[in-house]
Amino acid sequence: MSEGIGARVKRKEDKRFITGKGRYTDDIRMENQAYAAFVRSPHAHARVTGIDRAAAEAMEGVIAVLTGPELVADKIGNLICGWAITSKDGSGMKMGPWSALATDKVRYAGDAVAVVIAETPAAARLAAEAVAVDYAELPAVVFADRALDPGAPQVHDVAPGNLIYDWEIGDAGATDAAIAGAHHVTRMEITNNRLSPNPMEPRSAVATFDEAEDHYTLYTTSQNPHVARLVLSAFYNVAPEHKLRVIAPDVGGGFGSKIYIYPEEIVCLWASMKTKRSVKWTADRSEAFLTDAHGRDHVSTATMGFDKSGRITGFKVETIANLGAYMSLFSSCVPTYLYATLLSGQYDIANIHANVKAVYTNTVPVDAYRGAGRPEACYLIERMMETAAREMGMNPADLRRKNFITSFPHQTPVIMAYDAGDFDGNLDKALKAADVAGFPARKAEAARRGKLRGIGYSCYIEACGIAPSAAVGSLGAGVGLWESAEVRVNPVGTIEVLTGSHSHGQGHETTFAQVVADRFGLPIGNVQIVHGDTDKVQFGMGTYGSRSGAVGISAIVKALDKVEAKVRKIAAHVLEAAEADLVIEGGAVKVAGTDRQMAWHEVGLAAYTAHNLPAGMEPGLKEGAFYDPVNFTFPAGAYIAEVEVDPATGVTEVVRFTAADDFGTIINPMIVEGQVHGGVAQGIGQALLEEVVYADDGQLLTGSYMDYAMPRADDVPFYTIEHNTTVCPNNPLGLKGCGEAGAIGAPPAVINAITDAIGTNDLAMPATPQRVWRAIQAARPAIAAE
Amino acid sequence: MAQVSMTVNGKAVKRSVPDTTLLSEFLREHLRLTGTHVGCDTSQCGACVVHVDGRAVKSCTMLAAGADGASVVTIEGLAKDGALHPMQTAFNDNHGLQCGFCTPGMIMSGVDMVARYKAEGRELTEAAIRHELEGNICRCTGYHNIVKSIQDAAARM
Repeated sequence: MSEGIGARVKRKEDKRFITGKGRYTDDIRMENQAYAAFVRSPHAHARVTGIDRAAAEAMEGVIAVLTGPELVADKIGNLICGWAITSKDGSGMKMGPWSALATDKVRYAGDAVAVVIAETPAAARLAAEAVAVDYAELPAVVFADRALDPGAPQVHDVAPGNLIYDWEIGDAGATDAAIAGAHHVTRMEITNNRLSPNPMEPRSAVATFDEAEDHYTLYTTSQNPHVARLVLSAFYNVAPEHKLRVIAPDVGGGFGSKIYIYPEEIVCLWASMKTKRSVKWTADRSEAFLTDAHGRDHVSTATMGFDKSGRITGFKVETIANLGAYMSLFSSCVPTYLYATLLSGQYDIANIHANVKAVYTNTVPVDAYRGAGRPEACYLIERMMETAAREMGMNPADLRRKNFITSFPHQTPVIMAYDAGDFDGNLDKALKAADVAGFPARKAEAARRGKLRGIGYSCYIEACGIAPSAAVGSLGAGVGLWESAEVRVNPVGTIEVLTGSHSHGQGHETTFAQVVADRFGLPIGNVQIVHGDTDKVQFGMGTYGSRSGAVGISAIVKALDKVEAKVRKIAAHVLEAAEADLVIEGGAVKVAGTDRQMAWHEVGLAAYTAHNLPAGMEPGLKEGAFYDPVNFTFPAGAYIAEVEVDPATGVTEVVRFTAADDFGTIINPMIVEGQVHGGVAQGIGQALLEEVVYADDGQLLTGSYMDYAMPRADDVPFYTIEHNTTVCPNNPLGLKGCGEAGAIGAPPAVINAITDAIGTNDLAMPATPQRVWRAIQAARPAIAAE
Repeated sequence: MAQVSMTVNGKAVKRSVPDTTLLSEFLREHLRLTGTHVGCDTSQCGACVVHVDGRAVKSCTMLAAGADGASVVTIEGLAKDGALHPMQTAFNDNHGLQCGFCTPGMIMSGVDMVARYKAEGRELTEAAIRHELEGNICRCTGYHNIVKSIQDAAARM
């Protein structure tokens, strides 16, 4: 069986995971290891007026109790947001100070105030309880739509009225005019519920300061260890880059939440230097809910105008985005360049305008979570399309088709230039696979069982392959978003690929090896993928935004091009043939049309013995490459959800879910389908179950799995997955990315299905039984009137 | 301190541990069997499932002292003489794992579930598998391939 591109190869990395031999950060134990426990604010907003650590310091096993002022005295820098957004009036975003340990003020319940370092985790926790902190409580502001109220409590002095930026994109005048002249206008108030990413592995860090070498090592649960090192070094002044090694070993899921550098990693490194001990911290789940960056939390008003035929004339969006108490690393770009630039969806819309106000509140910082901005955009557009179709009495699939972009490249009015796609083809495949033709019969059958059955569509598009460095730089990004790779062919012909991408479940050790195997006709067992260690891989930008294929693999391909060029030169020289006559296949370099060849390992050996190389050629066979994308990539697809609602209880069951995706070239369909399954489940979770809930005073009410409803196995169905491939024209293998699609496309499909079932457009996520039941009751007069 | 003796993966072990030591902590920190994972603090996620005297137990919910005298099998003890358990093979064959963190608990729960249904002569349907997995949370796979893996293993076991 082929192990190359397109093959359903079983994962190489599975063996260690199914035998309990994975190596996650919390599995690592250093010699002389101590443990950190954080003292956290119980208040959402307060002044810290005193810290008494005497009792804690006197406890058995306590090594040190450290606080914010000492951290500041050691010149550890504030946490920063790395993407500068400019408001429409030309002013910069208002970034308030965020010290890893609070100095004067705490701004959310869970904000770290002090840290205890002790001999055991239990001793550290007990002592943390004994640190007495005096707080002067302040009123808190919690909700996005209240943050801008006159007189709302002020979170940061630098941001009057809690406004971080007031940003816009598109032509306001033209959009208003287009909507004013429209034949039909659909208007909706839409909330995108706040979520907690919840990778199953809680965050963890083990920091070691080597005094003799003046060197630090940090094991951490990171999606991007090089970015962590860069930020820890350049902004937080923990150590210079050449004196800091960051290792992200096996990482148990990320979904965005492990992109960022949090206070805990900074404090562990600093405390290791202060105590001359290795310092480990591992979050428990309660701490994860309290400190891991949340996602979404938008409140929007959307207005869409249509002409008589159902073509969209204009789309206007006003959004308030809650960024929490501090600006997390990439928080600013999520509700702007990752959100409003996708508001054209799959549709040819001449006029779009979006205004986004980002606000501070006394809640956990909000940043990218699987999809990051694109789910919020997709949810708006696809709820609007379904609702508009109902209002205009049109079939929702037909209304979408009428507005689909059908020729590429297509420039939207909101920056993005879509390069390829087949939106009609995606929808055709989804309609067929979902057996939409058979829906009326299924609905009638469900009705006989007393169930309300509904069907809902969602046609999503996302921008992945993040991102062309110059383009994002011009939009405010503080980093370039290329990727690096190094391909090392050993003297015996086996290959190591060093990549800046990081796998935390995506299966890179298999798919990346498939790309190499495909290129030279080698077994994937001869290829080792090395990642996640700044001492091994020179640099990399990491894995998020579905970028590992389109950017990470493209860098590998570029390095493979260079390897192949040298292999050809060596083989041509040894075989005394013209390079043009050589073919590389089946693990050998062959002279076409003859029986002369060099086995792959013979080429490797020739490169390293260097006894017979072309004149002037350096020995060895190792090539590196940096790949900077020329455009985003645009995965797109059509999703169809079918639900059954019990009108007596409001309980909703997703009974069928069909996804037809265009991800460009697919390297391993098994892995790609797995990504869709997981994304869709997270999307169903957002639609039906999940919501971070705060009380009015800023206390987190959903602080455990007893309160935050994670999707369980019996909350989801088997999914039907289809592929409709158009190749991305802008990278070597035609890859688009697949990691986030499910989480982007699924929520509107599910809500559109429920609202179809119960006969109302007014339903918020998560559609809990109570919400659905109330919506049914509210809609009853209308149903009765029919 | 509690004197704790038990058989873990067929090997007799004896340790003196603080009374409050959880079985999960005993396995991970005292025996360094780190395949048993801890993903929550409310006994919901199931990443810590092991077998105690043949029954699936969330090891974060049990004191090590409570397992005194018991026979414990962890994910590390499931393969016999280098041959993977059919449940382990099925998870690999069906792509039943992504990040791998919930996987040990899923596999241990899966083994228990199949054995229980077989012993009771009940059919392990798709609905039954989904219901039985109530105490095991996965964030990566959307459960699709976990259910398939357990179905596949049930046919092989």
